[in-house]
This record gives sequence, C-alpha cells and structure tokens, in this order.
Amino acid sequence: MGQPMITRRGALLGAAAFCVPAAPAGCGGPPGGSGAGTVTVGSNASDAVPKKALQQVVDGFGGATVRIDTVDHNTFQENINRYLRGTPDDVFTWFSGYRMRFFAEQGLATDVSDVWRRIGGDYTPALKAASSAADGRQYFVPFTYYPWAVFYRKSVWADRDYRPPKTLDELTALAGRMKRDGLIPIGFADKDGWPAMGTFDILNMRLNGYDFHISLMSGKESWTDRRVKAVFDTWRGLLTHHQPAALGRTWQEAAQSLARGQTGMYLLGMFVAQQFPPRELDDLDLFTFPEINPKYGTDAIDAPIDGYMISAKARNVEGAKALLEHLAAASSQNIATELDPGTLACSAKADTRGYTPLQQRGADLVSGARHIAQFLDRDTRPDFASTVMIPALQRFIGRPDDIDALLRDIEAQKTNIFR
Amino acid sequence: MAPNRRYSAGDRAVIAVGLGLAVALELALIWGPALASVALSGTDWDGIERPRWIGGGNYADLAAEYPPFWPAVRNNLLWLGFLALIAAPFGLLCAVLLDRRLRLSRVYQNALYLPVVLSLAVVGFIAQLVFSADYGVLNAVTGLTTDWLGDSSINLWVVMPAAGWRHTGYVMIIYLAGLKSVDPALKEAAAIDGAGEGQTFFKVVFPALRPVNVIVLVITVIEALRAFDIVYAINKGRNGLELLSVLVTENIVGEAARIGFGSAIAVILLVISTGFIVVYLSQIFREDR
Repeated sequence: MGQPMITRRGALLGAAAFCVPAAPAGCGGPPGGSGAGTVTVGSNASDAVPKKALQQVVDGFGGATVRIDTVDHNTFQENINRYLRGTPDDVFTWFSGYRMRFFAEQGLATDVSDVWRRIGGDYTPALKAASSAADGRQYFVPFTYYPWAVFYRKSVWADRDYRPPKTLDELTALAGRMKRDGLIPIGFADKDGWPAMGTFDILNMRLNGYDFHISLMSGKESWTDRRVKAVFDTWRGLLTHHQPAALGRTWQEAAQSLARGQTGMYLLGMFVAQQFPPRELDDLDLFTFPEINPKYGTDAIDAPIDGYMISAKARNVEGAKALLEHLAAASSQNIATELDPGTLACSAKADTRGYTPLQQRGADLVSGARHIAQFLDRDTRPDFASTVMIPALQRFIGRPDDIDALLRDIEAQKTNIFR
Repeated sequence: MAPNRRYSAGDRAVIAVGLGLAVALELALIWGPALASVALSGTDWDGIERPRWIGGGNYADLAAEYPPFWPAVRNNLLWLGFLALIAAPFGLLCAVLLDRRLRLSRVYQNALYLPVVLSLAVVGFIAQLVFSADYGVLNAVTGLTTDWLGDSSINLWVVMPAAGWRHTGYVMIIYLAGLKSVDPALKEAAAIDGAGEGQTFFKVVFPALRPVNVIVLVITVIEALRAFDIVYAINKGRNGLELLSVLVTENIVGEAARIGFGSAIAVILLVISTGFIVVYLSQIFREDR
C-alpha cells in the first residue's frame, strides 16, 4: 500500500490459495538460487514501467546472472510472510521503516551492514536510519522514493491567480475562492482505503509534530488523546472542501479530475504523475501541505522509500550483496528515475540534472524537510494499518461527526493488536 | 454377526479401501483444517512466531471491539434474506412464465441465464460501470450525483440486486428443468377438479417440485454464505459491504496476519453454516423415514 496499486484486486486470491507456502517466488517455478553465479530477485514491480526499469538496471550488473521473478504488486505484499518462510529469492523488493524492521526482527532478513560500509557514503543519515532495525544493523538498501505533496495544474492556477497557501487559514481561504470559481477545491478518493492515510499523516505531523506521529504509529500513544482528536477536528473542517463521495472513487479517478482541471488541488504521492499525459506533465506542480502549528512548521512529510533486502534463506549471499551494491549505485537509480517520472533516486550522488521539473521540485521538497515519515501503513504494524485504520478512516469520511466514538474504537482495537 | 456373512473377504477389502479413502480425504481436507481453525481461533498468532494461547480472547474482541464484525453478520443475513426471499422467488416466477412457451421465450431464457456464466467478480466490475458516482451509467443518464457504491447506507442495496441478478438466472434454469419434469397429467387433473391457475400452481405443481426446492434452498444458502468476490471487486468488502468471508481473508491473508483472530471469524462462519446444514439434514432424514 502507499503506492499506486492499479492491479490490486483479482490475482490475490488465486495466488493465496495455490502458491502456499512458497508463494511469490513464481508459482510453479523451481526454487530460486540454483547453483553458483545466479542471483534470484523476487520483484513486486509488476507494472510495466517499474518492471522495465528493474530489468534495465539488472542488465547493467556485471556480477552473477540475475533471474527476476515478478509477482503482482499486491499479491507479493499479501504473501510476504509465507514467501520469506518458504523458499524466497535471494534478493526481494521491499519497503523501509517499520515494515522492514518487522521482518528483520523475525530473523527473516540478512544483515547487510557490510554492504552499507561500502555504500554508506552515498546516502544521507536519514536514509541510513530508515534502513536500520532496532539492533542498529542495516537490512535494506534504498532505491527510489516519492514524496507526498499537494499537486495542482499551473495553468489552472495562473488563470485565476491562485498562490500556494502557506498556512491552514490561507488554504481554507483558497478553497473558498476555488468553490466560488466553480472548482472542487481539494481532490479526494478513498475507495481503496489507503489514500486517506496520507491526509491523516500530514495533518498529524503538522499539528502534533513528527515525533508524536511516530510514537502514535508505534502504539505508544492513546488514540483518545486530545491531540489525535484535534487532527480529526481539523480534518472535519477541511472535509467540506474535499471532493464529495470519496469512498466510491479511486485515486486514479481523482487524479484524472485534477488533470481535467475540475479539481483545484490534490494531496497525493508523486505517482499522481502517472495519470497525466506526458506532454502535460510540465503543467503539474506541487507545494508542501501548509503550516498549521508554528511550532512544527512544515518540517515533516511522507516520502516512502522502496528498495531491496536479502532474505535470510538466500543461497547466493555474496552474489546478492554484490547486486545490492549495484542497485545502490547512482547510475542504477538514475535509470529508474528517468523511466518513471513519479520517483526520485535515493542516492545522494544521483544525477539530478536529468530530472523533470516536477522531480526537481519533489527533490527540493524532501531536502527541505527535517523529518521523513514513511506513510501510515509503513510506519505502523501492517495488521493495525489494514484491519483497523482503513475501516476507521473510511468511517470518518462517511460520518465525520462521530469522532469520539471512532477514536474509542480505534484505541480498543489498538490495545488488542499491540499487546 | 449375521450381516457380515454376506460379505466375502474381497468385498470387505473393497469397502475398507473405498470407505477408508473417502473418510481419510474427508478428515484430511475438511475436518482437519476445520478443527485446526477452531484450535487456532484460541490463539494469538502472526504466522511466524509460536502461537500463544489466549482462550476465548479473540471471540471477546470480535464481539466487543471489532467494528466490522456485527455489520458483517448483519450483511450476510441480509444477503441470505435477499437471495432467498427476492432473487429465488423471482427466478421461480421467470421459470413459470417461460415454461408457458411465450413468444421469444428462448430469447428471455438466454438473457436471464447470461449473467450466470459470469463470475461474481465480473458482476462486481459491471456494477461499478453502472453505479460509479463519477463515470457510472446510472448517474450519467439520470443526472443524479448519488455515490451508489461509496455511501455505506445504500451500497449494500445496490450490490445485492447485482448479486441477485446472477442468482435469479441460476434459480430460473433449475426450476425450468424441474417444471418440465412435472407430469402434465397432474395439472390436467387439477383443472378438471376446478382448480384455478393459482391454486394449481401452489397446491399441485409447487409441492411436486419439492426436490428442486431443496436444491434451490441449499444453493441459496451456500451463495449467501460464500459471497465474497463481488464485494471484494467493488471495494474490498469495506465501508458498508463487510461480509464474514471478507473479514476472514482480510485478517488471515496479509503481511502481519492475525491468523488467530481471522480463524475466530472463520469459526463463526462455520457455526452458522453448520446450523443450516443440521436443519437441512434433519429435515431430509425426517422426510425419508
């Protein structure tokens, strides 16, 4: 979750039922890592562009022969448990943060601290922290990431002389103007359940700061806290400016209404660019969600990182580590960012001259942020995110006046899950 | 030991193998997993570490603190009610009408049966084309702005007819076959005795269809309890479209599976299905005696 999931539905069930227990390693194929000189990669890059990017990057690898097993994005995630305990590939695509730590702590990932000693200079300390588990070792190599921001069409804004808001009041005022001008002020869609998490994250970080957000995500704070209530109260105030009927709409549809100029702005990940025709991409711009609490300003954003890990059962560990080093190279990541304008390279040495203007703006946004969160479903337990937060946020969107009862329900379920 | 004498050693071996295989398969594939689910439902297990026994804790959490649970139970029962009281009788009505050899009855028959060949996931997809708030046909034609699939107070009432659309055709074809096998002499006899059209149907034909009725009842219950794909295709069974089958999947399948918790929901589903099976079987045995 937390990234474009066009192929989310469907395949899931089939794979879940028939590929157990060795699931995503390519149902029916021989178990990975046959013999010396071969590294297998379990990839969730099932969409055409990321798939092509990975293939091109791997083609440039001079070491072992690499075999990529691509599995539908969602199926891969749903089956990760069984996959890692069964016969996983040597290297697999995964996410940083809590979701990485969770598997590292279960002993399902190989420590890659020695790789980090060689590649460490290419990454900022924040990225290293996002790749480290509680034991201080690294288990993950960041590849690309994408920031969450408010997106808009420059031409639509220029026509009506709108300016990016700096504060919540300015945002509300701008939304009011847009409504009078016949626009839907803020695009919104939450049929798939996860996009609204982005709104929750940014409101919580703007109101209560990054530290409280992360502490809340790790189950250490109470959801009935007045600070959490303030988030939902603020959100309820903004909801009148959001696109109505959000629970029946996918993010792709909301992005298209932004592209058609019906919506004024849209808070989403940079992958929103996928819904724009290439020649209109230059018209897409972004700004960071405005300040609410002056104490925190706009110092934090969501910018989920995608990367690679080595499974604990890897057969060709040396080959896998060499491949991880290759993936960490700036030149490898530039191949991906060039093919997919919705992503940015993680390596600090990556060449940003080839970036589109939008990528450039995204990179500036990230370098200006003091704290980078990974998105709700990557910063907390996956079971809490999917079985509690998705229904809870949808309930809030459907019935925004029922905040107290909602928060009590979340807290009760949180207590059961984080025991 | 009198009856035993009738069987030779060979017969007994065949019976032992035949029965034994069936029993072994039944145990391994049906009762094994079912009992394993019951056992797992008493644990807290993420699928990786050792399961931790927590007794009835999952059930207590389910009933008291898991908001989608009661809506799912309610939706499953509504689903059953809709299929049994509206979709199935409508299928019967269609069958009766078609059985009277109307003009173009072949065309109607095919039109009504067509959805049955579609999987419910496809029906869910079609429902989205029709009912989507932004690009759906219904809103486009009527000019309404109703969020048919996103509004949790109405989406179930949109999805059930979509599921019923398929169920009606299924039931219709079964009744149509049943009606063809009803002896026309029965109807003639009723007519000679002065029974009207309605009386003939309800007092003579319908009772004669009893074996068909049982089959229809059983498939209706099965369809209602296993409903999954249509809501999953529409919004993954959330926000008004919760069903027990979805909650089981939602909790068990996934990155950090709550296998114990999901198993508890599965056990509830098992208990509900077992309830229907017991009622059904006891009826059958009583009639046969």
